[in-house]
Amino acid sequence: MNSNFILNLIRFIVLLTIQIVVLEQVKFGGWINPYLYILFIILYPINSNKSGFIAASFCLGLIMDLFCDSGGVHATACLLLAYFRPGFLKFAFGLSYEYQTIRIADKLSVDRFTFIMSAILFHHLVLFSLELYRFDLFFEVITRTILSTLFTFIICIISIYLIKPNKR
Amino acid sequence: MQQIINFLIKNSYKLLFLLLLGVSLTLTVKSHSYHRSQYINSSNAVSGYTYNQISSVKDYFGLRQKNDDLARENARLKEILFNKKDTILEGKIVVPDILSNFVVRRAKVIKNSYSKQENFLTLDRGTFEGLKSDMGVISDRGVVGIIEKTSKNFATVISILHTKNSLNGKIKNSDHFGSITWDGKNAGYVQLIDVPKLATLKKGDTIVTGAQSAIFPENIPIGKIDKIFEEKATNKFVINVRLFNDMTSLGYVYVIENKKKKEQQTLETETEKDPTKK
Repeated sequence: MNSNFILNLIRFIVLLTIQIVVLEQVKFGGWINPYLYILFIILYPINSNKSGFIAASFCLGLIMDLFCDSGGVHATACLLLAYFRPGFLKFAFGLSYEYQTIRIADKLSVDRFTFIMSAILFHHLVLFSLELYRFDLFFEVITRTILSTLFTFIICIISIYLIKPNKR
Repeated sequence: MQQIINFLIKNSYKLLFLLLLGVSLTLTVKSHSYHRSQYINSSNAVSGYTYNQISSVKDYFGLRQKNDDLARENARLKEILFNKKDTILEGKIVVPDILSNFVVRRAKVIKNSYSKQENFLTLDRGTFEGLKSDMGVISDRGVVGIIEKTSKNFATVISILHTKNSLNGKIKNSDHFGSITWDGKNAGYVQLIDVPKLATLKKGDTIVTGAQSAIFPENIPIGKIDKIFEEKATNKFVINVRLFNDMTSLGYVYVIENKKKKEQQTLETETEKDPTKK
């Protein structure tokens, strides 16, 4: 439990640092920005304290907002993703996910791809609709969501592989 | 009482969620109104420091470009110095002849943003160097934005690329003016709206800041006309303006303080409130 907490704390800090120092400076094609930091929410242990989880996710988003001058956009997106994560787990792994001890980062199977992809898509959709905040820019929201999702997804998968080299 | 406490304990997770959601949505909605994020912005010490560090590393990659820019500006200033008027090239800053009104300070952009609807920049100077909110920010090529909030050592700037920002702009060498706004689409272009149909204009004309603004001196270049549309309903022009500035790469900028701004504004508000006015 204790080591788990420390691991997550380190992950929190490292991901935020990478996001702010490196990825915020990267802008593919002018405005496509990968948001690696939500990997924290995706990889958070499943059987842990739920309230602590959403509070941590909220803080994560709030710190991003602080650095990006974006009001509460990231905080809202992160909070919603954290709150609805059980739903996405159920969607990707089937009903019985709670009884198995799934480690999302272990081996990348189709289930895990589905889960990571749907989580990123949801987060980005919320993020961009709140950020653009206008109905007449609906298609802009959709294009940004899809393109950014692809980049975030690729970078997430690469970093999962880098952190956890194949054990088996 | 017992039941209320039980209810609270049982639903603590949901209540926490709703509370946090309320907080974050409030911040979001607040940030979209014009006078935005009072609490969450990057002019605080921690993020200011971080961006300062990042920018000091990034600077090394742009030294050649910065040198070029400085040399060019030097050349231009020398040109003005040697020739006085006449040779001031299009798209360059005309030094305001009422210079004594304006104080110019140097600052550096340490955080830039241009891909959102509401873009803000962060500068590496703050109240300590005399920056205050509502001062104008320009670069060597044209208008950048207006200072929004300041802390001791940092300041945030509403970029000209902000959908709710609007400046007074006019067509150079004529006194037809309009408002500069941004439609949120392309970081290279802004729109000049509300220009009366009487104005004679053509593609390529230079757009500069107007005299109505209490923030900027007159005749600071903004961009040149790219496309002209006629708005049928209001009988006015809407003009697409190509910015002189490359807003995606900003380095050193100048902050302009208008010393007589307060006087002007007080007089204007007094006049508008004047009960004897018909």
